[in-house]
Amino acid sequence: MADAYIEVQDLSFSRGDRVIYENVSLTIPRGKITAVMGPSGTGKTTLLRLIAAQLSPDSGLVLVDGKNVHMLSRSELYKVRKKMGMLFQSGALFSDMSVAENIAFPMEEHTKLDAKAINEKVLEKLHSVGLRGAAQLKPSELSGGMARRVALARAIALDPELVMYDEPFTGQDPISKGVLVKLIRQLNESANMTSVLVSHDVEESLSIADHVCILAGGRVIAEGSPEDIRMSDDAEVKQFLNGEPDGPVPFHYPEKDRAGVEVTV
Amino acid sequence: MRSKRTELFVGSFILLGILAFVYLAVQVSGLAFTDKKDTYQIVARFDDIGGLSNRAKVTIAGVTIGSVESITLDKELYMGLVTMNIDSDVNNIPTDSSIAILTSGLLGEKYLGLSIGADDEMLTDGGEIFDTQSALVLETLISQFLFKAGDSEK
Amino acid sequence: MKMVALLGGALLDWIESVGRAGIFLAQSIFRLPVRFKESINLLIKQLYSVGVLSLVIVVVSGAFIGMVLALQGYSILAKFGSEEAVGQLLALALLRELGPVVTALLFAGRAGSSLTAEIGLMKATEQLSSFEMMGVDPLRRVIAPRFIAGVICLPLLSLIFSTTGIIGGLVVSVNWLGVHDGAFWSLMQQSVYFDTDIVNGFIKAVCFSIAVTWIAVYQGYECVPTSEGIGKATTRTVVLGSLAILALDFVLTAAMFGDF
Repeated sequence: MADAYIEVQDLSFSRGDRVIYENVSLTIPRGKITAVMGPSGTGKTTLLRLIAAQLSPDSGLVLVDGKNVHMLSRSELYKVRKKMGMLFQSGALFSDMSVAENIAFPMEEHTKLDAKAINEKVLEKLHSVGLRGAAQLKPSELSGGMARRVALARAIALDPELVMYDEPFTGQDPISKGVLVKLIRQLNESANMTSVLVSHDVEESLSIADHVCILAGGRVIAEGSPEDIRMSDDAEVKQFLNGEPDGPVPFHYPEKDRAGVEVTV
Repeated sequence: MRSKRTELFVGSFILLGILAFVYLAVQVSGLAFTDKKDTYQIVARFDDIGGLSNRAKVTIAGVTIGSVESITLDKELYMGLVTMNIDSDVNNIPTDSSIAILTSGLLGEKYLGLSIGADDEMLTDGGEIFDTQSALVLETLISQFLFKAGDSEK
Repeated sequence: MKMVALLGGALLDWIESVGRAGIFLAQSIFRLPVRFKESINLLIKQLYSVGVLSLVIVVVSGAFIGMVLALQGYSILAKFGSEEAVGQLLALALLRELGPVVTALLFAGRAGSSLTAEIGLMKATEQLSSFEMMGVDPLRRVIAPRFIAGVICLPLLSLIFSTTGIIGGLVVSVNWLGVHDGAFWSLMQQSVYFDTDIVNGFIKAVCFSIAVTWIAVYQGYECVPTSEGIGKATTRTVVLGSLAILALDFVLTAAMFGDF
């Protein structure tokens, strides 16, 4: 692997009794688009939160640009986060601000630009996602696809080095999906950012990613270029890519008998 | 524009709160901010102060001319020592005036009533009124009444 | 034996959650917004939604409670021939007890619940995480202005409540029942003291405001971010808030007025 922007080493994380990750290691190369895929409930979003140090692991390291984010002090962590943008699953636009104010917010918070310069940058960012005309709308007046594009504009407002996309394609119509795929690709190329994409939409993810990790059952089952993944003959990977209902991942949710012992069906 | 209106509402709200506070202070509790009048102190000793409290008013002919500053026990005479502040423009109280503890209405507060004497000499700061009439205590009144009734029956 | 362990566990959980809430409060107060102008704007927005929007319910309830007190007080005091004392009854009841307590209860229902629901919804829609990801502390951006606004608004509302209550009672007893207004005011002014009654009532309102707003913002911040979780948190705000007000009121009354 050429140059890793994020390195995850032997990461373990559990929520209560539920183990989500067990000794997971993966790398996210600099300047590329990495897709992290896996069935629902494998904690893909959790991985993003661990990278952003919103959650702390039970053991293991996450190195972002060479720094262990979980060992940083609060102010250092906030400095690192300024270099990260995150697109949340729900968009997470601030409901009491207009579209323009939403995008201006990180700039007002972290830069010393004056109001005029910020306004120009806001319009520029909105232009890049094709929503320059929507600047004065409220988030509640936007459609789902537009909200996600605005959220994307906000995520890149500070020209971050890393953008994390949490399920960007979920619940989008085919046109919006196409727009988002194009935007993610474009942004990554034009601004030389590192992108991490968490998704279970196989086609869209494979079409834009340079590097793919597939997670299942708390571990990495495949890592490599999209071609490698498509060629893989691992049964689990095949089941996931082709959407087969039964296979290594059982159709039936594991039942418990009266004594509380797991029974495999 | 919307934020300007918000500010206006918030400003009116805070102003309303302050107005309410002033209204309560002045109109309801009768706090007077101009109350820093010059006063002089006089004292009086009572056998029984019977429920008189600090800040009770001192009156002449029903007009308030001062208030009770403190009530302590005179340890030598075993009497209640009442110190009161009298407005300094009321500077013509004769030294032989008498003072009584009175009650306003049936259930009302205790206050002090001054009855003017005839002496030419006037009370000054630190002066004392010797002619005092204690509060009427209900139990004492009833027992007196019972004794008298008993006497007359004999 | 199991019972004891269970009880002990519950007690420890409870102490832990009180500790968490305490740390939460300290963090949101001591990490006040850095940029002055922005924080003033945020505060004004919250003063509007917490205070101004609660004004109507406070004024209307205050007026009605004052009017009812005057009616009830009059009918009893008239039996003793001292109906003038209705002003005294009204002022003391409102200033010492009803003003702070009823306003705080209304505040818990009107403003507290909406604070919890709003913060809970911001959590559910990942807005709080979003602030964190932008390197902005949600405690200072979201929680602190709401907490401060609550602490400012409730005492003001309580003063307004007492005032409208006294005016409502005045209208009923003087204009309607024919109590002599000079006697009404003079008896009131004789028995109401600025420091023991007005100031103590104000201190009560300040204590209630801290308790209620604290509970409201904490429940919102700690809620389970689902529609069911937000609903439960809102209910908890009203229930815990009301209980806290009544318990605190007993303690404060005992401390302030208990020695005579």
